[in-house]
This record gives sequence, structure tokens and C-alpha cells, in this order.
Amino acid sequence: MPILELRSVSKHFGAIHALNEVDLELESGEVLGLMGDNGAGKSTLVKVIAGNYPPTHGEIRIGGESVHFHRPVEAREKGVEVVYQDLALCDNLSAAANVFLGREIKRGAGPLRWLDHKAMARRAGDLFKELKSETRPRDLVRQMSGGQRQAVAIARTRLSKARMVLMDEPTAAISVRQVAEVLDLIRRLRDAGLAIILISHRMPDVFAVADRVMVMRRGRKVADKPIKSTTPEEVTGLITGAIHAA
Amino acid sequence: MTTDAAKPPPQANVSIESVLEVQQHTVWHRIVATQSFWVAVALAIISLFMSWYQPDSFATSDNFFNITRNFSFIGVMALGMTPVIITGGIDLSVGSVMGLVAIVCGLVLLKQPIDYMPDWWNDAAWTHAWWMAVLMGLAAGALMGLVNGVLIAYVGLPPFVVTLGMLSAVRSLAVVLSESRMLYDFRPDQAATFKFIGGGDNLGLDRFGVHFPIPLSNPFLFMVILTLLLGLVLKMSPWGRHIFAIGGNEQAANLTGVNVRRVKLQAYVLCSLSAAFAAILSVGWSGSANNSLGQSYELLAIASAVIGGANLMGGEGTAFGALIGSALIFVIRNSLLMAGVDSNWQGMFVGAFIILAVVLERLRGKRRD
Repeated sequence: MPILELRSVSKHFGAIHALNEVDLELESGEVLGLMGDNGAGKSTLVKVIAGNYPPTHGEIRIGGESVHFHRPVEAREKGVEVVYQDLALCDNLSAAANVFLGREIKRGAGPLRWLDHKAMARRAGDLFKELKSETRPRDLVRQMSGGQRQAVAIARTRLSKARMVLMDEPTAAISVRQVAEVLDLIRRLRDAGLAIILISHRMPDVFAVADRVMVMRRGRKVADKPIKSTTPEEVTGLITGAIHAA
Repeated sequence: MTTDAAKPPPQANVSIESVLEVQQHTVWHRIVATQSFWVAVALAIISLFMSWYQPDSFATSDNFFNITRNFSFIGVMALGMTPVIITGGIDLSVGSVMGLVAIVCGLVLLKQPIDYMPDWWNDAAWTHAWWMAVLMGLAAGALMGLVNGVLIAYVGLPPFVVTLGMLSAVRSLAVVLSESRMLYDFRPDQAATFKFIGGGDNLGLDRFGVHFPIPLSNPFLFMVILTLLLGLVLKMSPWGRHIFAIGGNEQAANLTGVNVRRVKLQAYVLCSLSAAFAAILSVGWSGSANNSLGQSYELLAIASAVIGGANLMGGEGTAFGALIGSALIFVIRNSLLMAGVDSNWQGMFVGAFIILAVVLERLRGKRRD
């Protein structure tokens, strides 16, 4: 059974049809590359799945169960984690504080519950080790490289029993070496049995890690095929509209 | 086996890591990196200089008692202001809230009946008790904070505009409620207890056989307690963590499930409550309630927090910084007075220190990046 199923999901903003009848199935341990030009509806699709806004029509099923999210927190409770394009990190806090933001480990009882800094630093350190990242839990995010920031954002998704991770342009605006780091992180998440949707503009990244590629154009899905049976040229054609559909 | 060969030698890795760790995280290193540390150093230098220059007037137990009391009112407000500034907000209404709370306390304690209150209120005894004055004062403060917080956090208006409006509106409310009078003719029995809160010393512990080496005013002791409490809350509570997160990246805090609106509302209520408490202390100390109490104090409270290292862009600030910032402002005032400098020059020095504080912050920021 697929972990994520979309059945003719549409999202309209007034007269603008950002998503039009999109179907999608995703299995655990599968990486889906989601490609398309600016305004093709990629981010909207991710935001609908993540509970940022409800779809206008259509159905979303997670693990076979029909879901209706109104807030991102509800999606998170169902195991949907998101790594946002701007990473949603607080520069003024430490890596560990960012990982645990909104779900801090606490000690004490009743109204007297205080932060367990040690436990959070230890657990965050373990997560970074698991992700093979050289991020130190007590360092401020402000002082970190792009790759380390990605590791912090991704470590967040490992806290709960996530079933899928949605990543919006995780390799935009970071150096080549860091891109390799992030792609490794994605492979590790996949090996841990998570389903991953990777939004990217970078063709080489998608072809490096994705099992399948889905192409969107003007709110519609125009292609969804195994990465092995397509080529960068075909995908480019699909994105631009030179190839109508595949 | 082959993968092992690709890895760096483990011992070398560990030692570099641990050395870096130690260098970055020694307690001393962290303390020296804070602005409040350098303000404390400046404070110590000024105090030492004044003790040498004016040993008979500055370095006395009396002067210490007076300075520490005088800056406590602003200090308490600066403590409340600090979480608001950390979230990236500002509260310009605290001075007016002080005026309103002073009048509310004064009206409760007043001997004469109040025209616009019902008879049962004017006639009953419990409505004029000292604790009623404290409760009503805090309630008035909390209510003003609630108005600020709802408009800022839930309606989404900019803090500067909302609290600027409230600065004007709340002052006007204070003048109207007081019917343009100064209130001082209090019921003597209730006023005695009320006056002790702000005007007494050593928190009344002398009665229980606890003696301080030198007498300390109640406002100062209350401020010290509140500083410790706020410091703990900011460092150790999830609420404190969320305050910093909102100042760092409000959008991110929201996406990670922090209840941004509620936390912001609470910060504004707390800020107004601290102004209310400062007003209660001030009325108790002076023994009268004036509707002009707290005029331009909002600037001193903000200046104290900023001098102590709070960043008006949000994301930074400490409880100790608020205390030490307000102490510096008042020690400078006191020193200038004693050095015989015309009191009209005080504002110049306070202003220079505010700007200097921001310059210092900028320099530290550069080094950090």
C-alpha cells in the first residue's frame, strides 16, 4: 500500500488554478523528484500535503487513511515532515534548540517544567552523527555553513516517527561540496524507509537520488516515470512544454 | 575494511573536536562575549572613580540605598520590556500604564468617595483595602497589556503603532479617572501597608530577625528577585525559548508549531504587568498618585534594556542586561549630579550611552560573523 496517495487534488486561489486534478502515489523508501518551472505548482502541492492549506477538491490519503489537515502541526502528527526552502531555522538559537523547537524535552512536573538542555544536546548530537554530519549541537545556527544548516533542518524530521519528508529546494544556494552532503542525507533518509518528495530545479541532483521523477506544468502533472526510463533532455522538454506529456 | 581506511584516524578527530568544544564553550568565554559584562565593567569603573572622587557622598551606605532604589522602578520596567524586545517588538505604552495604575491604586486607597463609582463600592471597606489597590493596579496593567497584545499578535498591527496609540490613550484615561487631581489623601491604616511595599526596606525581614549588612530598599530587592526569575524563565522554560525563537525567525517558529500569537500576547501582558508593579512601588514610595507618573519612562526602560544588550531587531536580550542597563543610567545621573555637572546635561550622557551600546553590539556582531 502506498504511504501517500493523492486523488485528483486541486487547489484554487480565486480564479487561479494552482493545482489541477493531480494524482500521485508514493511508496515508503522511495524518492520522488518533483520538477517544474516557476509557478508550475510544485510548492503548492507540497504545502497542500503538509497542511499549510487544504485542497479545494480531491482527497489525500496517508497510509490508506483519508486526512484533512488545517495546520502544519496536524500533518506532522501523521508523520509528514517538511524541510522548507528557507529551512525555517532561527539563527540566534543553537543547532539543538532548532532541532527541538516546538517539541522541547522537558524535566520536572506540572507547571514547573524546565528545558532539559543536556538531553536535547545529546539527542541532537546523536541525530547529527546518524546523518554523518559534522554539526555540533551547541553551535549557533548563525555560524553554520549551508550544509550544516540543512543537517539541522533534516535532523528535525528524525525526531518523530516521520513517514515521509517533503523537501523544497534543499540544494538551492549552497556550495557544490555541500550539495553532495545533502544528497547523502537524502539517501540515508530513504534507507531508513522514509518516502521523500524532493522539489528541485537542479537536474543532476534529481537524477542522482530520485527513483522517480514527476513533472508539473501550469498546475497539472504532465509526467511521472521511473528515473531509469527517462533522460534529462526529456525532462527539460516536459518542463518547458516542448514535449507535451509523457 | 576498505571503508575504515577512508575515514580519518579516530583519535585525531576526537581531539580536535574536543579542543574546539572547550575553547568555544568555557563559561568565561561566554560571559566575556556578552554586552552586559562590559556594561557591568563600565559601571564598576564609574563607581570606583566616584568613590575616589567623592568618597564622602558617593561611597556611602545612604547613597547606595538611594541609587539602588531610584533605578529599581525603571529596572522593573526594563525587565518586562526585555521579552517584548527579544520577540522583535517594542512597548511604548509602559510609561502611561504606570500613570494609569498609579491613579487606580490611588483611587482605591482614597478617603473621599469617588463620584463616578456606585455607592456600594464607596461604602464598603474591602474595596479600599491595600491588597485591593495592589490587585486592581495589576489588573489594570494586565488589561492594557491584553489590548496591546491582542492588537499586535492577533490583529497583526505593528507594535510601534499600537503601543504609540496606547501611550496617548492610556495617559488620557489616567487623567480622566483622576479628574485631573493628584491623589494623596489616603485611608491611613490601609495606606501604611501599601506604602511599606514600595517605601520600606529589607522586605520587612528585620521583624523576623533577618538582618542585611546594609539596608536595601524594597523596590531594589523586588527587582533583584524579578531579575533572577526572568533570567530563569528565559533560560530554562519552553516559553523563554519560544520568545527567542520568535525574535530569530517568527515564520520558522510558527511552522515548527510554536504558538506564536499566544506567546507574543503573553509577552505584552507581562510587560504591562511589570509597569504596573513599578507604579505600585512608586506610589508606595512617594505616598501619592499622580497621573503624570511615568512620563517618558518608556524611553528609559527601552534604553536600559538596549544598553544591557537587548537587540531591537529581536532575538537577543537578558534579564541581567536590563538590570545592569538601568543601573548604569542612574549611576551616570547620580555621578554627574555629584560632580556638579548641570542636570540638563544628563540626557546627553544617557543618549550617548544608548548609541554607544548599539555601536558595541554592531562591533561584536561583526566579530561573530
